[in-house]
Amino acid sequence: MKENAILEMKAIDKVFPGVLALQGVDFTLCAGEIHALMGENGAGKSTLIKVLTGVYSKDGGQIYLKGYDKPVIIRSPQEAQKMGISTVYQEITLCPNLSVAENMYIGRGEGVRVNWKKINEKADAILKSLDIPAKATQQLSSCSIAVQQMVAIARAVDMDCKVLILDEPTSSLDEQEVAKLFKLMRDLKERGVGIIFVTHFLDQVYEVCDKITVLRDGRLVGEYEIKDLPRVQLVSKMLGKELDDLSDISGEHKKFQAEPNTPPVFEAVGLQSDAGIKPFDFYIQKGEVNGFTGLLGSGRSECVRAIFGADRVLGGTVKKDGNAIKIAKPIDAMRNGIGYLPEDRKVDGIVGELSVRENIILALQVLKGFFKPFSRAEAARFADEYIKLLDIKTASADTPIKSLSGGNQQKVILARWLLTHPEYLILDEPTRGIDVGTKVDIQKLVLKLASEGMSITFISSETDEMLRTCSRMVVMRDRAVVGELTDDDLTQGKIMSTIAGGEKKDE
Amino acid sequence: MKEKMKAKKSFNSNTILLLITIVLFMVLYAGGCIAYGSKGFTHFQTFLNILITNAGLICVACGMTCVMLTGGIDISVGALIAMDCMMLAVGMSKGIGAVPMVAIVLLVGVVFGFVQGFLVGYLEIQPFIVSMAGMFFCRGMTAVICTDQVSITEKINATFYKWANTKVTIPFGGYVNNKGKYMVPYVRPGVIVALIVLILIFIMLRYTKFGRSLYAVGGSAQSAAMMGLNVKRIKMGAYMLSSILCSVGGVCYCLNTMAGSVTRALGLEMDAISSAVIGGTLLTGGVGNVIGSFFGVLINGTISSIVKTNGKLASSWPNILTAALLFIFIVIQSVFGALRARKK
Repeated sequence: MKENAILEMKAIDKVFPGVLALQGVDFTLCAGEIHALMGENGAGKSTLIKVLTGVYSKDGGQIYLKGYDKPVIIRSPQEAQKMGISTVYQEITLCPNLSVAENMYIGRGEGVRVNWKKINEKADAILKSLDIPAKATQQLSSCSIAVQQMVAIARAVDMDCKVLILDEPTSSLDEQEVAKLFKLMRDLKERGVGIIFVTHFLDQVYEVCDKITVLRDGRLVGEYEIKDLPRVQLVSKMLGKELDDLSDISGEHKKFQAEPNTPPVFEAVGLQSDAGIKPFDFYIQKGEVNGFTGLLGSGRSECVRAIFGADRVLGGTVKKDGNAIKIAKPIDAMRNGIGYLPEDRKVDGIVGELSVRENIILALQVLKGFFKPFSRAEAARFADEYIKLLDIKTASADTPIKSLSGGNQQKVILARWLLTHPEYLILDEPTRGIDVGTKVDIQKLVLKLASEGMSITFISSETDEMLRTCSRMVVMRDRAVVGELTDDDLTQGKIMSTIAGGEKKDE
Repeated sequence: MKEKMKAKKSFNSNTILLLITIVLFMVLYAGGCIAYGSKGFTHFQTFLNILITNAGLICVACGMTCVMLTGGIDISVGALIAMDCMMLAVGMSKGIGAVPMVAIVLLVGVVFGFVQGFLVGYLEIQPFIVSMAGMFFCRGMTAVICTDQVSITEKINATFYKWANTKVTIPFGGYVNNKGKYMVPYVRPGVIVALIVLILIFIMLRYTKFGRSLYAVGGSAQSAAMMGLNVKRIKMGAYMLSSILCSVGGVCYCLNTMAGSVTRALGLEMDAISSAVIGGTLLTGGVGNVIGSFFGVLINGTISSIVKTNGKLASSWPNILTAALLFIFIVIQSVFGALRARKK
């Protein structure tokens, strides 16, 4: 092991059926270091963390821990804790109905009795030494999320942890809470704890971290000192595009020309929802394809969910053809001609037990009202038409949708919305997890629909795809709109530098 | 400073539920005293009679509270009590002694609880289904043992008869009856057993690791597992405890009724659940206390007692009053839940 290292993971492999989730990933953590683990969705961050904490067993490689001569084998989170590896997850894994002190001491130590006086005193001492604003006897649910997270950290610290993993700890915290958490992280760093920090907020990485390890597609891209890796390069490493290659991938699409003197089909002014996005403005013209881009968690989906009324709207107005309309619920949006294909089709989209036909007519049925069902013949006609149009590969219209492949499920949901003949269609990650052929089909379809006059918002994690389809892109960072790119600015390089923000000079 | 204020408030909202229960009991009882004072409701013995009648239910409610704290439910308890009573009655009429019979009943409780607990904890089957199966099993077994009502008389078992008729006198609170005789207040041994159970379970829930684990599992089973608790074993423990306490309650119940029959203790599981809920135990788990459940039992008992003292009301009135109380408590609980959610 390297000097000063407290954890070394070498050539870690992890295979899931059909997928190489991790391939020969190395990771080294030193004492008193805050180490960011970065990568886009599916890069293997969480798999690596789960291997380290014993949730998954590794299929290859070794894990060395300081104080152990031989490579260690970690079989469960409990074993990992005993070895000094503690994890604080995004969702609090404490019991809200117990007191702060109990949450720090339950499940530890021997004996039958609970010595309240002792644990309360010990807990208060630790809370005080870490400057955590909570009392030992307080019920956990009465603390803010940030304090709850700090209590979880205090528990880990008291268990004498050497390696502390913070998995997206800041996603539900406000700025002040984040500042408090960072102070605690720096305190722990002083005490020699090694911290692995998983986050998608670039600003936060540059604020507290010492080193960055970047993963992509289950492979190690590299380990960098924070000062050697400007933001733009970090983004390009995460996305896997070298800066030099970027400029020549420009879109092949025709330039979109809005008809002059017509108001946008839909316009949002100062729209804000309870999902934590900052108020934003947005508009779309008839026949236009535009997109929201940004890293995972930057608020892309939250924006369109606000437009569709899927999250609770807190402020702002939505206009259709220049007239203000009220969208409080998805059904209001649907009545105004908006369709929304959600990001997670398994959760928000398909009804797995129902047949392809029933899934296709679902949205139209909702619009028509549940007490006026379509006749079987009518439904069959609609279904057959779209199965043919979108080339959905299914045994029959009566097949349950859950037995279809991901791409075909996606097409069914697309058919569902096309059947309602929306004026404005929002596609949130329509191509995630589906094969290349279907991806191209969907992209072509998007362009065709737009040429027929439909307005479409297209969101994708793959920037190439968006460049190919969108004529205008709204860029988001940390839940706020930070820019809008059109025409010649629509290049990988420009998008990345806008996403990264801050250090413009490095471009 | 702000954090501290919040802490105090939230700490209270759990105790407030308990306070409401206690106040409600006092109001009900005071109401009974005012309305039926002339019929002897004010006598200390009336209160003691509530305890005597419900000694078995107190034990069962303690076990039920433990199970409900983990977020589960055990609806087998009424049927298990019927089986216990029948076993005691038939066993003793066949000449088996009182002490061995009680030991057998307790042992059956341990085994029965182990099976239910294993199914719920380790095989992760819905507790409702498991204990429903347990309920049918016990009811059925009661009929298999004997379909007739079997009474325990002095002839059948003198020891058990003596236990049942022992008066534990209390040196205060007596009254002079209308014949001019001083009546010494008393309870039966079953009440002593029930109160010991109550105190033991209270201490267990508050001061032992197992007790706190029940709360943790009910608060969030996943978190409890992440914090290194053996959730499966804890759940199994809760169901075993419920069945054992139910068997203890069964003996108390039998001491009060001195008979076994197939229809014994019908719906008692619902009385236990409603007592726990009225006492502030949440069906979702993680919140509750046996003291609350104890007062829940007392409230149910007081209602029955009032209806009985009145003499004219139909016997279905206790049910309707319990329903109204349950409704009120569920509304209060959800209001508190909503208030707490808004504070966040």
